[in-house]
Amino acid sequence: MSQSTSGGSPARPQAEGRTPQHPGADDQPPALPVGARPARPSEAPAREADRGVTPPLLDIDGLVVRFGPVRAVDGVSLQLAPGPCGLGLVGESGSGKTTIGRAALRLVTTVGGTIRFEGKDIRGLRGRALKDYRRAAQIVFQDPDNSLDPRMRAGASIAEALTAHRMVARGQARERAGALLAEVGLDPAFAARYPHQLSGGQRQRVAIARALSVQPRLLVLDEPTSALDVRAQAAILRLIGALRAQRGLAYLLITHNFGIVSELCEQTAVLYLGRVAESGPTGALLARPAHPYTRALRSAVPEVHVAARRTRVILPGEPPDATRPPPGCVFHPRCALAVDRCRSEVPMLRPVGPGRVAACHRAEEVLADVSGLAAVDAHRERGEDHHDAQSP
Amino acid sequence: MRLAITGLDVRFGDRQVVGIGELSVGAAEIVGLAGESGSGKSMTTLAVLGLAHTVGARVSGSIRLDGTELTSLSQREMRDVRGRRIAAIFQSPSMAFSPVFRVGSVVHSALRLHGMTKAEAADAASRAMRQVLLSPGLLDRYPSHLSGGQLQRVAIAIALALRAEVLLADEPTSALDVTVQAEVLELLRELREQEGMSVLFISHDLAVVAELCDRVAIMQGGRIVEQGPAGVVLSAPKDPYTADLLAAVPRIEPSS
Repeated sequence: MSQSTSGGSPARPQAEGRTPQHPGADDQPPALPVGARPARPSEAPAREADRGVTPPLLDIDGLVVRFGPVRAVDGVSLQLAPGPCGLGLVGESGSGKTTIGRAALRLVTTVGGTIRFEGKDIRGLRGRALKDYRRAAQIVFQDPDNSLDPRMRAGASIAEALTAHRMVARGQARERAGALLAEVGLDPAFAARYPHQLSGGQRQRVAIARALSVQPRLLVLDEPTSALDVRAQAAILRLIGALRAQRGLAYLLITHNFGIVSELCEQTAVLYLGRVAESGPTGALLARPAHPYTRALRSAVPEVHVAARRTRVILPGEPPDATRPPPGCVFHPRCALAVDRCRSEVPMLRPVGPGRVAACHRAEEVLADVSGLAAVDAHRERGEDHHDAQSP
Repeated sequence: MRLAITGLDVRFGDRQVVGIGELSVGAAEIVGLAGESGSGKSMTTLAVLGLAHTVGARVSGSIRLDGTELTSLSQREMRDVRGRRIAAIFQSPSMAFSPVFRVGSVVHSALRLHGMTKAEAADAASRAMRQVLLSPGLLDRYPSHLSGGQLQRVAIAIALALRAEVLLADEPTSALDVTVQAEVLELLRELREQEGMSVLFISHDLAVVAELCDRVAIMQGGRIVEQGPAGVVLSAPKDPYTADLLAAVPRIEPSS
């Protein structure tokens, strides 16, 4: 794949959604730390914007969230196209992925940047407008035990959401709840059950039904399957895929599992210590990572089939203390490719391929894999074939 | 065989929760016991540790460790086997360490409980820490100062220091980040190579089992539905349940 995008076509049609930076985004320069340039995809597909591609549903620009001395989110920019569309936020504990999801729902206080939903900054919303947003943007948590009231029957939990947002007349809430349960693949008779009478997968279905009950336009799925057994996980992923098609859902999918974004997200952003390490079309990003961290994360994913295994890149040490991030590239202390420049100069997010950006001084070498770090194996060859197949 | 389980039957009252005909772990072998919640895999761990009675279960059948029949040992004798000859690590390493004691004090008391002198324990602890690639200096810290991956390594270090013959690892990486998981799996492989440690690895994640284990037994409803070399079972499953589990593992593929 050519790294020069000039004259190149966008990798995939889905990539269009997050390419245009809609007008007005530039007139509020966020207080960004050095190097936290907005994650603006490569210039080439910008021409698509001229042809009238719809603006993003959710446009996060230069987001900064602080918890005391910790910059949990440090200048993150992301865009999510209107549905059906999925953006995966992938990272490990402490990467900031969950905080970004919470910020998008205005559940945490931001100290910098903008979060626009359908063009409007949600940070200033009050009263009626805020309540409308709370309806339009819903979340599904990792553990349905914490999101469902143990003393409420499943039907009542859903009906509560419906009546709180005046979605239906009081008398119809029960009937509507039954229909929603059917939509998520449960017998409407389950409305009478308490959470403890349901399996983990069934509880998660109820939580999804409750989130969908108010007809949201944006869903934040925060590790929706990590508490589930593998077959229940697969079933929930299929459900999300089906609902996405039927309802045209747009979602942020927060996970540490590359397998899940591979199935459900067109776009993926890989986060490290509160910053975007790289983002782009999921298929291309997984087939050929541009950031050494993505490559390490990718190589650490266990595979059932021997042929699919990659040479493992073991990351030395632990993620750095977030209260004192290292100078230069925050990843450099654990990066086998780090050179002097990485220790002093913060890498900017910059275009590295069609619709792709990465914050690494040596992204081209990572893409070309000249380092010899990730020894070429059969699967990588196959991965590249897949990747090429996506470029028309 | 280091660990040989035959005709194991674990029940709560009349309800059988584990019924295993045969399951064994050889010297320097890693055997996976895979299944979903409620399949009986963790009850099997408790039975092997001689702790099933603590949750009210009744155990019959045979569990032999290098020829010793564990089920006929007294509680006192079993206490000596547990920890020293059969070590165990669990999903949440922080549960194994009291938050109010320094990590080293937990390690030392485990070693001294099994007969080491103070000096021996200190020496063995530092050596084992280096073996799991941790600085012995971490022994002076409190558990909250260590990451989950580091604590899991310390738990493995205790097993190493006591020269345990068998390590029961019950979902030891399920709570860890994927890169940390990769490190712990690598460590278990090394210990098998270098120390000849035998591992019974309990997991719901067939991909992890496939990467780590020599043999695998698939459990469903308390029974082993299929077992054999991991490469064979996971590439050509005979039991439909195994096939189901395999199909459910999320795959990294370019999304369509």
